[in-house]
Amino acid sequence: MWAAVYLLKRIVFFLLIVLTAATVNFFLPRLSGQDPIRERMIKQVQSGSAWGKGKEKMVEVYNAKFGLDKPLWQQYLTYLGDMARFDLGHSIAFYPKTVKDILREALLWTIGLLTMTTLLSFVFGTLFGALVAWTRAPLWLRSLAPPIMTMAAIPYYLLGLIMLFVFAFELRWFPGHGGYRIGTIPNVSWRFFLEALEHSILPALSILLSSLGFWAIAMRGMMVTVEGEDYMTLAEAKGIKSSRLFLDYGLRNAILPQITSLALAMGYVFSGALLVEVVFGFPGIGTVLFNSIKGVDYPVIQGIVLTIILTLATTTLILDLTLPMLDPRIRRQT
Amino acid sequence: MTVRSDSNQEARLNTPSPFREGLGYLRRNPPLAFGLSLILVLLLFSVGGRLLVNIEDASPLSTPPYQSPSAEYPFGTDKVGRDLLAVMIVGTPLTLRVGLLAGVLGVAFACLLAFAGAYYGGIIDAVIRLVVDVGLTIPSILILILIAIALRGVNPTEMSLIVAATAWLWPTRTIRSQVLSLKERAYVDVARMSGMRGYEIIFRELMPNLIPFIVANLVNTTASAILATIGMEALGLGPTSHPTLGMTIYWVILHAGVLGGYWWWWSVPVVIIVLIFIALYLTSVGMDELANPRLRRSV
Repeated sequence: MWAAVYLLKRIVFFLLIVLTAATVNFFLPRLSGQDPIRERMIKQVQSGSAWGKGKEKMVEVYNAKFGLDKPLWQQYLTYLGDMARFDLGHSIAFYPKTVKDILREALLWTIGLLTMTTLLSFVFGTLFGALVAWTRAPLWLRSLAPPIMTMAAIPYYLLGLIMLFVFAFELRWFPGHGGYRIGTIPNVSWRFFLEALEHSILPALSILLSSLGFWAIAMRGMMVTVEGEDYMTLAEAKGIKSSRLFLDYGLRNAILPQITSLALAMGYVFSGALLVEVVFGFPGIGTVLFNSIKGVDYPVIQGIVLTIILTLATTTLILDLTLPMLDPRIRRQT
Repeated sequence: MTVRSDSNQEARLNTPSPFREGLGYLRRNPPLAFGLSLILVLLLFSVGGRLLVNIEDASPLSTPPYQSPSAEYPFGTDKVGRDLLAVMIVGTPLTLRVGLLAGVLGVAFACLLAFAGAYYGGIIDAVIRLVVDVGLTIPSILILILIAIALRGVNPTEMSLIVAATAWLWPTRTIRSQVLSLKERAYVDVARMSGMRGYEIIFRELMPNLIPFIVANLVNTTASAILATIGMEALGLGPTSHPTLGMTIYWVILHAGVLGGYWWWWSVPVVIIVLIFIALYLTSVGMDELANPRLRRSV
């Protein structure tokens, strides 16, 4: 019974997020009261053509073509229909290309980068946080805590700028721009994979180093609480080996809230990573976003917003559905 | 133990002013002391700088471009001829102000929702909770980007308003949960039975008890507002006619300033932004300890 209610709740929540995203995406740009077609025309006039009588007619024709002459609610319904089919329209800057095509490629890069860094930083950060709280851990390790936790306060992309300078400009150990060498055509091969990996090391390291502290801080707090529990004292009194005490008694019980916050942190990681990509010219969603803001490419920007939210909502849903299997306490709550 | 608490009490009797008491607390709470003094140093830097440096040089074409740091331009100049020292002097308080205003607005709105929702409960509370839950799943930077591109060309105050549009979500959730637990206390029941009205209980019984918690929230909200502001500026969506810290990062990225070898161009704003975040982080750690005494001396 709990399972059905829980499942239903999570799915309704997921749909709500997607609907909110689509609604916000539709109404916010329209709030400004701008006339996109006319503005486009004015831009063209500025770049050298004349504003004749025919232009007014063109504005009308284009408005009709894009459905902008219909009442707002009708436009909204059409929009929701398009979104349900994941039809994001065309890019203005690269006209015949659809937004979907542009995003498909970029999303692959971003997801690759983020999956790798999030997993690594989750594992290492959690382990580190647990060790810092563990009174029997070596002192040198515990003295690493303040710098790593302070690092969590620094935005990823600033660390990225520093890494770019040290490792790409000064030492020249790693390439500093793009996702592959200039002249290479992306393809599915071992060589291309290695090249992409080489290019993602610096962005990945920037995200990794500055997000380690986030996990460490949370884990340290949980571990301190768990260490104070009676069963820990009992286990210790029974003479259980220190390593087992740490892993099976401490870590295992303290880690559950970490997994819950993994879902919450995804959004944070995503928004932090956007600018890291821009700093390194990494061909993911962030760089595409940066360029479309520069080129006022509304459909692409909106497509990115929707895609990111959709990705996050799906990740959250998956985590929400797997969590009860790991943590019996959630099962009891509902 | 008794001796110690006696001497504590004596110390309290001997302290003449709340100011000195505050200083005494700061001594016991080093993160708060460090954080606040770092912010003070940054503010002094910009106030003092205004007296010594011509801040008009923060606009383009006031100096020769790409000058490395020298006696005349201690922080160097950028591609379009801004004196970076002047930019930092103007930009630092501007960034802090945008963040603080957004933080104050966000927390004020959050308090309104949290107290009303948690105290009265019912359908309003359910709606507030749902909106917050949905809102927190969506990365706020995305909403902010949509608002900013819709408005295009904002000034710093409008920037605060934009950032405040999502800044209230997190404090609403945390303050709400505190009010929920606080309103079950016996003294609230006593107040209710003695005929106090709802809003009186909120303002005279609940709020005073939550002041440290709300201030701690304000610090956190301001920190994330500044994070969002600088992020937006670095994406090119900030107040473009004002020399801000994030805008400097935007220009560096746009003109490949790092790989071009202009180390002073990016290192100066990076150092200042990092200092701001470390200051806010330490302040927030210190405030947490103040707001949540159970954390004291726990680690």
